[in-house]
Amino acid sequence: MAPSFNHLPDPEEEDYDEEEELDFSDLRERFEVQLEEGLDTFVVIDGLPEVTEETRPKLIKFLSRKLNTMGKVREDSVYMPLGDDGKSFKFAFVEYSTAAEAAAACKQLDGVALDKKHKMEVNKLTDIERFGREGRIDEKYSPPKLDDFQEKEHLRSWLADPTGRGRDQFVIYKDTSVQMFWNNEKDAPELIVERPNWTEAFVQWSPQGTYLTSMHSQGVQLWGGPSWLRQKRFAHPYVNLVDFSPGEKYLTTWSHRPISIPEDGHPQLAPEDDGKNYVIWDIETGKPLRSFANLDLPSTGTDEAGQPIKRKMQWPAFKWSADDNYVARLTQGSSISVYELPSMLLLDKKIIKIDGVMDFDWAPATPRRDGIKTYEQLFCYWTPEIGSNPAKVGLMSIPSKEIVRTLNLFSVTDAKLHWQSDASYLCVKVDRHSKSKKSLATSLEIFRVKEKGVPVEVVEGIKDTVINFAWEPKGDRFVIITTAEVVAPSAVPPKTSVAFYCPEKVKGAGVGNFKHIRTYDKKNSNAIYWSPKGRFVVVATVSSQQSFDMEFFDLDFEGEKPESDKDLTANLQLMNVADHFGVTDIEWDPTGRFVATSSSFWKHTMENGFHMYDFKGEQLREEPVEKIKQWLWRPRPPPMLTKEEQKTIRKNLREYSKVFDQEDADRGASADLAVVEHRRRLLDEWLAWRSTTEEDVKNGRLDAGLPLDPIEGLIKKTDESEDKVIEEIVEEIVEETEEIVN
Amino acid sequence: MRPILLQGHERALTQIRYNRDGDLIFSTAKDQHICAWFAHNGERLGTYHGHQGALWTVDVDPTSTMIASGAADNTVKLWDIQSGKCLKTWDFDTAVKRVEFSEDGSQLLAVTEKRMGFLGTIVVLDINRDVNAEQSGEKVLVITCEDAKATVAGWSYMSKYIIAGHEDGSVSKYDAKSGEQLDNRQVHEPDALVTDIQWSSDRTYFITASKDKSAKLVNVDDLEVMKTYTTDTPLNSASITPKKDFVILGGGQAAMDVTTTSTRQGKFEARFYHKIFEEEIGRVRGHFGPLNTVAVDPQGRGYASGGEDGYVRVHQFDKGYFDFTYEVERQARAAQQM
Repeated sequence: MAPSFNHLPDPEEEDYDEEEELDFSDLRERFEVQLEEGLDTFVVIDGLPEVTEETRPKLIKFLSRKLNTMGKVREDSVYMPLGDDGKSFKFAFVEYSTAAEAAAACKQLDGVALDKKHKMEVNKLTDIERFGREGRIDEKYSPPKLDDFQEKEHLRSWLADPTGRGRDQFVIYKDTSVQMFWNNEKDAPELIVERPNWTEAFVQWSPQGTYLTSMHSQGVQLWGGPSWLRQKRFAHPYVNLVDFSPGEKYLTTWSHRPISIPEDGHPQLAPEDDGKNYVIWDIETGKPLRSFANLDLPSTGTDEAGQPIKRKMQWPAFKWSADDNYVARLTQGSSISVYELPSMLLLDKKIIKIDGVMDFDWAPATPRRDGIKTYEQLFCYWTPEIGSNPAKVGLMSIPSKEIVRTLNLFSVTDAKLHWQSDASYLCVKVDRHSKSKKSLATSLEIFRVKEKGVPVEVVEGIKDTVINFAWEPKGDRFVIITTAEVVAPSAVPPKTSVAFYCPEKVKGAGVGNFKHIRTYDKKNSNAIYWSPKGRFVVVATVSSQQSFDMEFFDLDFEGEKPESDKDLTANLQLMNVADHFGVTDIEWDPTGRFVATSSSFWKHTMENGFHMYDFKGEQLREEPVEKIKQWLWRPRPPPMLTKEEQKTIRKNLREYSKVFDQEDADRGASADLAVVEHRRRLLDEWLAWRSTTEEDVKNGRLDAGLPLDPIEGLIKKTDESEDKVIEEIVEEIVEETEEIVN
Repeated sequence: MRPILLQGHERALTQIRYNRDGDLIFSTAKDQHICAWFAHNGERLGTYHGHQGALWTVDVDPTSTMIASGAADNTVKLWDIQSGKCLKTWDFDTAVKRVEFSEDGSQLLAVTEKRMGFLGTIVVLDINRDVNAEQSGEKVLVITCEDAKATVAGWSYMSKYIIAGHEDGSVSKYDAKSGEQLDNRQVHEPDALVTDIQWSSDRTYFITASKDKSAKLVNVDDLEVMKTYTTDTPLNSASITPKKDFVILGGGQAAMDVTTTSTRQGKFEARFYHKIFEEEIGRVRGHFGPLNTVAVDPQGRGYASGGEDGYVRVHQFDKGYFDFTYEVERQARAAQQM
């Protein structure tokens, strides 16, 4: 609202008095529109050329053109006072119709050149008042105080496990407190730190494990270092979700509530962040880079009640390229916006228009394509059938925006994009409908990204709907879970099948065609968890009501290989089956040595706690934890050793493992010794306590004149001879036969 | 350890007691009568009729001549074991949750419920050990629990103190003569009901069971927790075995929560822990409801458990139980014999 005084109620008006008979004051207080009375709509423009009475209208007209780009300015709302000498003071007051326009003008028009000599300096009138008054600004320049350099704790110190055993850490969020532990395999985990109310909603690790994120209504906090000090704060009010860039350089925060910047400012955010939902931050400096509002997507349909179907929010909405240099957001159906970092400006100042685009995903690593010298970031996207145009899957290279490969597809209802962790392959899981649109079938289209021309291979022979798909990390094998036609949700989920695929053996270096290894039918499994190092995989049933089984598979089993699999680059073996009642979450540790399964209080209240397994599926530990909400391994950064160094280690593993085996054995022995010692102490203490207590009681009884045995005297002495011995003979006839003897 | 199943009760068991010789078992359930059983074969000796409400508690006097019982009909009754005759009835304002004879059988304490505006109390009654004599109706001592009501109570050695467990997880010590509160300790987690107190054979220490899933061994003299046995289920009862340094704990997910748990996970087992090392030694399955009470033969030959399922299971310890010792125990014994 513009501050206008025309519409204020006039007490002299006649009808005013009539109203006054009723006491509206309470209502008025509640509902009266607050008219802006301040000077927020006024701006001051400095740096204008000197004009006289005659030339003034010309300048005002010229100025208005500029000023009108930011809002509504009438010519008579530009006030340019003249001095006694008839010359202007080289400044003007301008009134905009709203404060927002005035604020925009200050931001956009400040510093804009009028001609070669003159440059506008636009400021809010209130700011001039605030800062420009005499005495408000110190005349003398005092240099800003620089804090002395303070050494910070090493953020990656945890990698050097103090015991030298290379253990991993994990965090437990239970009830209201957060606990950090060292994993001790079979033994009780070692508590590192426990803090009540460390977070308000949940905790999250940064992708390389450097920071632990805690969520608060005031914003996000990052913690790290050996003493778990606060490292950074990102004051995004009412934040709901956070997402890190893969290299831990940047952070996205999101709140469903638009940011509202209070009158007196916000410690980190600027007024222009008002109304935004997303903020992208630089973690190093703790400064916001840019903020964005939610995209209001037009709803595609309505549900049975005629209500528009709420789209599921895409998270993360801003997806990061593998090298942290780009972040992109999808506007479903029309375009992808790619922003460069750290400037957060649109790449080439242009949105990438892709008609109908449904989804996109960055390659998780910088792909090294055959025959390409400059490695660029790559993302894939897919578009549905539009009119007579087929559905398409495309690969685009950034920043060149070159389309590397497209693939046309027909009868597509849905597609899911699955990158392999090295970006060697991209699997597009395509759900197709038959011509009658009644039945669904799935096909897997695999892009061999690293090979010349990006050939696409189709995995055929899948009749059922694929409900889950997972690539082997750093490998080229994958697991799918399929189910027959999914009927309406029923109490008993439909049976599923688990199928394993691997490339065929080929001569030379290349990777052969993908072949089916084996399928396990009549399962309930719904989730696939690959070891982060590949080779081992857990196929499990999670968040189910009936079954909680977990199967541990080895794809490079060292035993005998069945004849039928001799052409395959895998030897599949089921190693172990485990069962964890109520399991909701399964996580491999970052080194691929352990699997932790937890049953979270968030999902149900039965038997909350966690189990620990080794990679073979052997249960190491079982621990109930009341109200456990989260159980998370601390991730590790990628190793600093080169590929060659790692190879040498692997080759000489036996040499190294000798030392560690010895250490383990020693530790076990000393632990046993300690246990025995502890028991001996307990027993000694107990016996000592008993003997003193017995003595005390005895003396006490004697002093009180009580018999040593309180009951002895009470029981009447019975004469031995009076005792009767009653003998009971029970005869059992086993068999009776009658023989007639002649 | 093949158990004998005693199927004499129609409702959930509330308490089991052995007599001093360990040849008789007395059990109470919510079905209004007390059963007496032979411990060695499970034959029922008889029942005691007369209560008009669910029975909560029973105790045998040290000479095995009388038993006392407390029930939801607001009475304590004294019975002649042999004849089954009710010798005396004491009336109270509220239900009686626990009775216990002092070590010489000359006094009886009763714990009354806090209800209908009445505060929970611990009452001491004089007992005439002669079966044929008239029993006095006088309440010798009344201890009123102002803060948290007492749920269980018992007599210490020499009948010096009365120890009570409270609904707020604390344990108090009262002077058995004056009723003065001498000490109060938060032994269990706050607001975790103390469900049972049972004594060592010389009454110098006791074990408490609580809904906080732990049992604690507490010293009478300073109420100091000497040992803690942590389990994964709320506990209803705990008992100290004579002869062997074990404790037996019983519990299980409360009946009202069972629907949220799979039967497999109900944890309706008796658990054996080593008394000194606080380590779990073994479990005995069998009940299909939570264990409400466990009792050990004072002669150390066996134990009995009573469940929400209405069964009493009497177990005779076998050789393996008596042979089980830790290495350090064997060493200590060998050292003693030298």
